Amino acid sequence: MSWRELPIGGMIVEPGNSIARKTGDWRVFRPIIDQDLCTRCLICWMYCPDGVIKVVDTPYRTSKGRVWSFTLEIDYDYCKGCGICAEECPVKAISMVEEVR
Amino acid sequence: MSELRIRGVRDLPREELFAPGHGLCAGCTAGTVVRHLLKVTGRNTVIVNATGCVEVSTTMYPYTSWRVPWIHVAFENAAAVASGIDAAFRVLARKGLVDPSREIKIVVLAGDGGTYDIGLQSLSGMLERGHKVMYVLYDNEAYMNTGIQRSGSTPLHSWTTTTPIGKVLRGKLQVKKPITDIVAAHRIPYVATANIAYPIDMDQKLARGLAVDGPSFIHILQPCPTGWRFDPRYGIKIGKLAIETAMWVNWEMMEGDFRVTTRVPRRKHVKHYLTLQGRFKGLTEEEIEEIQRHVDMEVERINRIVGEEVIGPLVE
Amino acid sequence: METLESPIRQVRVVLNSNYAVAYAVRDVDVDVIATYPITPQTGVVEKLAEMIAEGELDAEMIHVESEHSALSAIIGASATGARVFTATASQGLEFMHEVLHIASGMRLPLVMSVATRAISAPINIWCDYSDLMNVRDSSWITFIASTAQEVYDTIIEAYMVAEDPRVLLPVIVAYDGFWMSHTYEPLYVVDDRSYVRSLVPRRDRVKLDPLKPVTMGSIVGPDWFYEIKYQQVEAMKEAYDIIRDRDRDVGKALGRWYEPVETYNIDDAEIAILTYGGIYGSLLESVDKLRAKGYRVGAIRLRLWRPFPVNELYKAVKGLSTLIVVDRAISYGASVAGPVALEVIATLHRMGAGLDVVNYVAGIGGRPITERDFEGMFELTLKLSRKARELGTLYWGVRGVSYE
Repeated sequence: MSWRELPIGGMIVEPGNSIARKTGDWRVFRPIIDQDLCTRCLICWMYCPDGVIKVVDTPYRTSKGRVWSFTLEIDYDYCKGCGICAEECPVKAISMVEEVR
Repeated sequence: MSELRIRGVRDLPREELFAPGHGLCAGCTAGTVVRHLLKVTGRNTVIVNATGCVEVSTTMYPYTSWRVPWIHVAFENAAAVASGIDAAFRVLARKGLVDPSREIKIVVLAGDGGTYDIGLQSLSGMLERGHKVMYVLYDNEAYMNTGIQRSGSTPLHSWTTTTPIGKVLRGKLQVKKPITDIVAAHRIPYVATANIAYPIDMDQKLARGLAVDGPSFIHILQPCPTGWRFDPRYGIKIGKLAIETAMWVNWEMMEGDFRVTTRVPRRKHVKHYLTLQGRFKGLTEEEIEEIQRHVDMEVERINRIVGEEVIGPLVE
Repeated sequence: METLESPIRQVRVVLNSNYAVAYAVRDVDVDVIATYPITPQTGVVEKLAEMIAEGELDAEMIHVESEHSALSAIIGASATGARVFTATASQGLEFMHEVLHIASGMRLPLVMSVATRAISAPINIWCDYSDLMNVRDSSWITFIASTAQEVYDTIIEAYMVAEDPRVLLPVIVAYDGFWMSHTYEPLYVVDDRSYVRSLVPRRDRVKLDPLKPVTMGSIVGPDWFYEIKYQQVEAMKEAYDIIRDRDRDVGKALGRWYEPVETYNIDDAEIAILTYGGIYGSLLESVDKLRAKGYRVGAIRLRLWRPFPVNELYKAVKGLSTLIVVDRAISYGASVAGPVALEVIATLHRMGAGLDVVNYVAGIGGRPITERDFEGMFELTLKLSRKARELGTLYWGVRGVSYE
């Protein structure tokens, strides 16, 4: 890699390329969403500082027969395990479980 | 420009214009602020970022988390840079070099260090000249990026590395500078305070700020686990306690019309807020009461301005 | 009204150098101007304000609250693709100092005029080159003009050079505060402004645009910083040849042919005096007088300060036995206090040239330098002979300082 190949002035021309940095390896605790308890209120999605909670259009049928049209999934490549989602979930559907490597 | 209507969480776009993989601390509510900001602004935005936590953590070469055009120049001049961008788009549109219908939004994102202190001059100039720029201040109440030093925004008696709580000196000796009042005194079209723990209120204010024809200023309280010394999971909880104790008041001023947007009918004693944070550890009863008195005075002042008890009495 | 029938019609006017700057900035169709007053450049922005108010120039004038913000604002404007300008001097140039480095580091084609003035303390509003010399390392291409005509031509050339995609470095055009900024000279300005605009066509470059988002001004660590700065080194180097090409273009278009190093009566000279800025006119008079006395003496003017014209300088001086460099700023504590003299000595050392360089510092804080001063420096140099070189720097005209 030579100085000639870099964009001039330290510019970064690829938007959002920070996705190459998998900050998931920062985690000590990992959040696990209990899809049965989750009421899809989207509070966790709203508060996540890293935007790693994804609204996925995958339907889910709870054990009690309630059908949701979408699901919240955590992208563990980037989740830093801060625990805000677990703390703020109004139905305590998210638990912080110690990361095992 | 018409205002984006946000009634609840489902009005927020799903798209993330703020990519993960940045170096913000785990639990840094500034990350949440940026996500919401970009959901409200959309793609048609230029972000001018002052030096600070967000700037450094989100653009560590060769990686950037920004999916919109972004520029950082220095610590104290984000408002001046934004002024230049505003002037440029105006004249380039006039000269037909940029399509005038594009109406590109310009947003400054700066921390308390880069706004209260070193950035005050360029902020004041930008406001005085009336540029169409929204200035978003994410306030974590100290120079966090350089390792938690006291700024004009640091609250009374807060520990920082330059204002330790010791035998002779007891944390920061001055009260928090009323920056939003200073900005409001410039008579700009829209000024507001917001709190990341109340994101819909914050998003509505960001939308309003973008819609005015002139400068706007949104001051957001952003709890910082590393600097305020609390477990990262409590960032939102502490933000809520700031409102419940009236250590923070959510208000807005639209063309001089002042209103409180988050009412607190029954207020909590500040100790509920202070004792959760390591930066207030070791304060005496008297010092806590001193903080309480300042809050009481401010509550009285706000209620008087509004003409109604929007922030209620202490009940616990 | 006298006109010059060169390739295009030019009109003869009488302007001071400040106004000459304004005319050129108007003619290249600048988009954004940041304005802040400081003596002795204020005339530039006053004239531009007048031109905008009368509809002669369509530009946004930002009345910034400080020079630091002046440069910051035009960085923002330039980053969106606009053509920009500001003017300053002395304390203002110092106040924006950190932003100078940022502008060049971000590779933005800004153009700024500097009406040179002494730096405080003590506060002094008159001409010396301490302000310009202090920003030497900021990676701005720097021209030093010596006539109002040259100021006008060089501002136009500055945009041609700065905006060249192989350069993309900011440019300073400097001239004497008061001696030139406030004194009136006859010069030619182009009659048809669209012709000037055709000399500086709008070029596409990477900019802030939501349709193609880029990140400008990120933090760069030790792993990549050096390479990015090295790009600047190479850009400065390449700029030299591009400047020579543009010098020739200016000659063809406007009829005035400039060189990075200009000489007068140098061919058979044994001794030459080198200086820069407006006092060169006086130096030419002195050379004529000394020649009449029988001395084989010549004059040299440094026009291009950064990038330093190593080869041109060497070519100009290599036949001499002695070169007297008259500087107009002090680098306190340096081996040789005159910044240009120091650069000249380094150049000659690199090229293995054997001539003696004698450095005088004169004109500090606006003290006049006349023909008699140049003649005096010349005669003193002869008198002291090699001791003059060994002294390093001789401070000319200080009460209580004598070298005889």
